[in-house]
Amino acid sequence: MFAFAVKRIFQAMIVMLIIACIGFAIKHNFGDPIRDLVGQRVTPAERAEMREKLGLNDPFMVQYVRFLGDVLHGDLGQSYFFKKPATEVIIKKAPATLELVFCSALIIILLSVPMGIYSAIKPQKWFSRFVMGTSIIGVSMPVFLTAILLIYIFSVELHWLPSYGRGETVQIFGWWDSGMLTIDGLKHLIMPSIALSSIMLPLFIRLIRSEMLEVLESEYVKYAWAKGLKPRRVWMVHAFKNTLLPVITVGGVQLGIMVAFTILTETVFQWQGMGSMFIESVERSDTSLMVAYLVFVGLIFVLVNTAVDIIYGLVNPTIRVAGRK
Amino acid sequence: MEQLIEIKNLRVDFTLRSGTVRAVRDISLTINRGERLGIVGESGAGKSVLGFSIINLISKPGKITGGKIIFRGNDISKYSYEQMRKIRGNRIAMIFQDPMMTLNPVLTIGTQMKETILAHMKVSNKEAEKICLEKLRKVYIPSPEKRLSQYPHEFSGGMRQRIVIAISLLTNPNLIIADEPTTALDVTIQAEIMDLLLELCETENMGLILITHDLAVVSEVTQRIAVLYAGKVVELGSSKQIITNPQHPYTQGLIKALPQMAEGAKRLNQIPGMMPSLRDMPDGCPFAPRCAALLERCKHEIPTLKELESGTQVACFMREGVE
Repeated sequence: MFAFAVKRIFQAMIVMLIIACIGFAIKHNFGDPIRDLVGQRVTPAERAEMREKLGLNDPFMVQYVRFLGDVLHGDLGQSYFFKKPATEVIIKKAPATLELVFCSALIIILLSVPMGIYSAIKPQKWFSRFVMGTSIIGVSMPVFLTAILLIYIFSVELHWLPSYGRGETVQIFGWWDSGMLTIDGLKHLIMPSIALSSIMLPLFIRLIRSEMLEVLESEYVKYAWAKGLKPRRVWMVHAFKNTLLPVITVGGVQLGIMVAFTILTETVFQWQGMGSMFIESVERSDTSLMVAYLVFVGLIFVLVNTAVDIIYGLVNPTIRVAGRK
Repeated sequence: MEQLIEIKNLRVDFTLRSGTVRAVRDISLTINRGERLGIVGESGAGKSVLGFSIINLISKPGKITGGKIIFRGNDISKYSYEQMRKIRGNRIAMIFQDPMMTLNPVLTIGTQMKETILAHMKVSNKEAEKICLEKLRKVYIPSPEKRLSQYPHEFSGGMRQRIVIAISLLTNPNLIIADEPTTALDVTIQAEIMDLLLELCETENMGLILITHDLAVVSEVTQRIAVLYAGKVVELGSSKQIITNPQHPYTQGLIKALPQMAEGAKRLNQIPGMMPSLRDMPDGCPFAPRCAALLERCKHEIPTLKELESGTQVACFMREGVE
């Protein structure tokens, strides 16, 4: 198991190197740092000198390695717009996005698991048919439309929930602005998390259902019935544990994708997170911040997937042995 | 001898959109306590469906549409779900074909054994473990204590089938239904598993229904054989009689198709044609289109089982004429 984890972490580091490379290539090719740094009156000769001094004439690989060294120290460059290190800006925005993703993931897990299982073991019941039918609508409706609909119904018409912003936040650990500890903050969280989960939720219900249906047809489930086990045990222990394996793999990737999907949700709800920050930085051609976002989201993606792989190894005994050898 | 199970005029139908498939058509069989019966037939003859219908675990949309299954004096075909659950794996245990597929890959052997005990008996976890170890020793699994915490993939095919047999022994059942228990195994291991099954049935006085297409295997293990063709029993008698003196043309064909080492390498005999589709049966004897000794009445009438002097029952007009 330990060797397996080490292998996975090593692979994750390679992926991060590639992401950093792409990020750096963007930075390297977009815009001119010298023009951003100096005014109109600096002569071309002085510019060339500065270029040399800042190492901008070095080969791509040399600059890339230098960039990597800076990244390892947490230095992703200076945001031109905020006049602050990009890392600092991102860290300030990250809690809002992460809380949003966390709440959406929670909604997805809490709803998709029971609904997926139920519609697999009782496919003929009206509830299963209803879930399957509505999930098609859920998958095909774009996030921003869902978000606008939610705002229209619950904010404009019913006045139940606030339509934008994070509401009241509380600072924890000295830097993390949390909206999950106040009633007002939670109220603001409801609609954005529902909107964000609206695409993944039906996908997960369908995934769990189809995997479960397949497992229920397997020989070992038939054998479990032949052993005279109670239905609950057959479904929850024999069938569900095997259903989980593919769901975990797909789930890890989807969770990462959800971080990226926040861009739309955050824009509609004016949620002050990384997603809306990214859109703004694109509008302002704030390359450092764009690259910082890319690297940061890549990092989250890789972390989540590594964790998922390790969890997968814990659930699946065949992998555990492969790692032991 | 005391009767263990009596199957009376059992019918199993699969209702599909394209028509009704009659997989089991009016089968009657009895098994006494401790008796071993072999059910032989080619693929699609209804052997497995018959086996699964006894514990009412036919895959959908199969359904018992007629007949009775009297087990220890009660008609279990009329049992409620919960009543039936208490019989499955408890009084009637099953052994499946492929041990690679029957054990759940993500649960330890110990879990899969103990849950069977706990589903049927009121014992503590510790006692359950003791029973598991005892049964694992019975099927000659070395160092069973260590084995309980292992997963199925850590065992060979033969070992897994031993474990499945051990699971079927856990609750000391009265009847074991083994559905092709050695088909998926190596030839060398097949004999080992069969010997083990035979030994256990004898020492524990358990009834056995051995479903197989391998005549050679059944004749060594079982006392009686029922030959199934297109959902019907065409011949039923003692294993010795059926192997040495088969009466039904179909059984004769099956025996001729067995490779004989003594006769050297010769092309095997085969029965011409294929089994008719269970969806549309011919009017007369289902075997008629393939039969070499065809009579005129075979095309219109269905022969029923008649007992011969030797005690063998056979469903064939040819044999009726003999007597």
